Amino acid sequence: MSLREGAGHAKVTVHMGTCGIAAGARSIMRAVIRCMDDPAAKDVLVTTSGCAGLCSREPMMTVEIAGQAPVKYVDLTEDKVKRIFAEHVSQGKIVADCALAIGSEQTL
Amino acid sequence: MKTYRMHLMLCAGTGCVSNGSYRIQAALERELAKHSLQEEVAVVMTGCNGFCAQGPIMTVQPDGIFYQLLTDEDIPHLVEEHFLKGRPVQRLMYTPPAGKAPVPKMSDIGFFQKQRLIALRNRGLIDPEKIEESIGRGGYRAWAKALTSMSREEIVQEIKASGLRGRGGAGFPTGLKWELTAKQPGHEKCIVCNGDEGDPGAFMDRSIVESDPHSVLEGMLIGAKAIGASHGFVYIRQEYPLALERLNLALGQARDYGLLGTNILDTGFDFDISVHRGAGAFVCGEETSLIGSLEGRPPEPRIRPPFPAESGIWGKPTCINNVETWATVPEIIDRGAAWFSQIGTQTSKGTKVFSLVGKVKNTGLVEVPMGITLREMVYDIGGGIQGDRKFKAVQTGGPSGGCIPASLLDLPIDYERLAGAGSIMGSGGMIVLDEDTCMVDLARYFLEFLRDESCGKCTACREGVDAMYQIVTDICAGKGQDTHIPLLEELGQAVRDGSLCALGGTAPNPVLSTLRYFREEYEAHIREHRCPAGVCKALITYRIDPEKCKACLLCNKNCPRGAIAGEKKKPQKIAQEKCVKCGVCRDVCKFEAVTVQ
Repeated sequence: MSLREGAGHAKVTVHMGTCGIAAGARSIMRAVIRCMDDPAAKDVLVTTSGCAGLCSREPMMTVEIAGQAPVKYVDLTEDKVKRIFAEHVSQGKIVADCALAIGSEQTL
Repeated sequence: MKTYRMHLMLCAGTGCVSNGSYRIQAALERELAKHSLQEEVAVVMTGCNGFCAQGPIMTVQPDGIFYQLLTDEDIPHLVEEHFLKGRPVQRLMYTPPAGKAPVPKMSDIGFFQKQRLIALRNRGLIDPEKIEESIGRGGYRAWAKALTSMSREEIVQEIKASGLRGRGGAGFPTGLKWELTAKQPGHEKCIVCNGDEGDPGAFMDRSIVESDPHSVLEGMLIGAKAIGASHGFVYIRQEYPLALERLNLALGQARDYGLLGTNILDTGFDFDISVHRGAGAFVCGEETSLIGSLEGRPPEPRIRPPFPAESGIWGKPTCINNVETWATVPEIIDRGAAWFSQIGTQTSKGTKVFSLVGKVKNTGLVEVPMGITLREMVYDIGGGIQGDRKFKAVQTGGPSGGCIPASLLDLPIDYERLAGAGSIMGSGGMIVLDEDTCMVDLARYFLEFLRDESCGKCTACREGVDAMYQIVTDICAGKGQDTHIPLLEELGQAVRDGSLCALGGTAPNPVLSTLRYFREEYEAHIREHRCPAGVCKALITYRIDPEKCKACLLCNKNCPRGAIAGEKKKPQKIAQEKCVKCGVCRDVCKFEAVTVQ
């Protein structure tokens, strides 16, 4: 139900450009949805977006905890997704060895 | 509930269903399956969102992206672009009348921005056919609170303190009505939900029942405890098949969950609700007629007192409230009277649902705080007048309401101020009129409706409304006389004074309020045989301006009576004896050469 309020403590964006899908973003998305079934992961919004520009490091996802800078994760596997959920999404600890960078490009 | 990453909230109110939302649902499910997205993206059919003019509509959550006017052909592209690749499709978004860029988010659209939803709190957010979704959004929480931790007096007190007034039209304080019924002797009492929405163009009650039937049931349960009622009736129009279906479904689910029936939630409290389908007459919405109809008698109003609170259905004390009133009750119990009474004006608390129709760009169902001005309704929510014509008046309160002119656009809306302006709140119909509307013709239209719907019991209403109708029809036909205006005013007063129920009591309003604000239009009809808005056929002539006519012959070819003649490359002329004043020539002319006088 919190999904329909459009608010959550964390937002996970899986990048689903053609490159992402080719590199396995669909199975990453399924892993993300499995992680959301865990009661500890409530209040998490999952969305998709297009190509993030770094096609060679796909599959990618961005984790945004409310009030903090977004973190981009690259070269994902299903196991990495599980770790990111357990550590970053649930407890707020960034999984440094999977992360590419903190923050986003500047936009207008 | 199963976890999905995205919910597609597709509107399945009556408006969107007629525009094909079930076809859209099938197309969405087919395309989602094609991309193996059916485990990730759920399609949820919701109740009416209110923005019926733009249907079928769909809101994509969690992002709140709003799509409108969907067709089957849009779906494959939409599914691939947005739901697979995450790129919202601009082409299907709403573009405001004055703006250039589409607005992606529902919450940023003017039509939705000024609304505050209490009675319609779950519209578009739940599947009305699943009780779990209602409970997930706080449904029946207020009922549990009222049942287990509040006394009967405390509930009545809370409703009284909230300042809630009847949403069916008369605006009687709800808490007072409950108190009166609760105080009556006798152990068997009834409550009724009045869903006999007879005003043409009004669909507040239907929309509430279609989008969140549980809110109405919950309100009735709370009222039942406060009043000490053992049985409830929902009186709902036969013409609302979808609302009926969802209501019956909701009743079954509430019984299965032990929220309704005998020994509710193991507290020993018994209460059940039965559904009664309306008999189809406008007067059935009047409470004493409604009681007659429920008992199986013809719907005719009777003298009050005794009020239904003293002697209602089969002589039992009965409390009758409107659908919207019942749907508001749970929020008051849940959040408290103090919260509710801070919304609205001095005399009218909370919010009111209006069906905004007529010549505005955005038509639909809106819920706004009391005290909002007519200007905000017409221009901010309604988006202004269609075709950028000039605003003329707002007709409020249904057929027996009145017209409020442009000079009162800044009038804040509440029960007293509308009455002061010669109109009524009514059940919340709001028809916006532009300069092309003839006020005399409008009064004639509503009188015709009321003449047909008068039950015939009171002479003043039966004969008086008919006499007024004949006079106004004569005025429209150019047979008006100077004595007609005072006669109409006298008749109006007599009908108002000599009728038992509110139908007769308010039936003269369409004439009296238009006479009050648009008397010069009546005078133009009577003295100059002229219809200023160019509507009354007996008083107008169509002419072609030879200066503007480019001799394109479009009018000549389209005239159904062959009344337009003229040589090629020469200005055309209308033969008045053949003209039936259908207006086709004016509609097809690209040079505005056809004028009406």
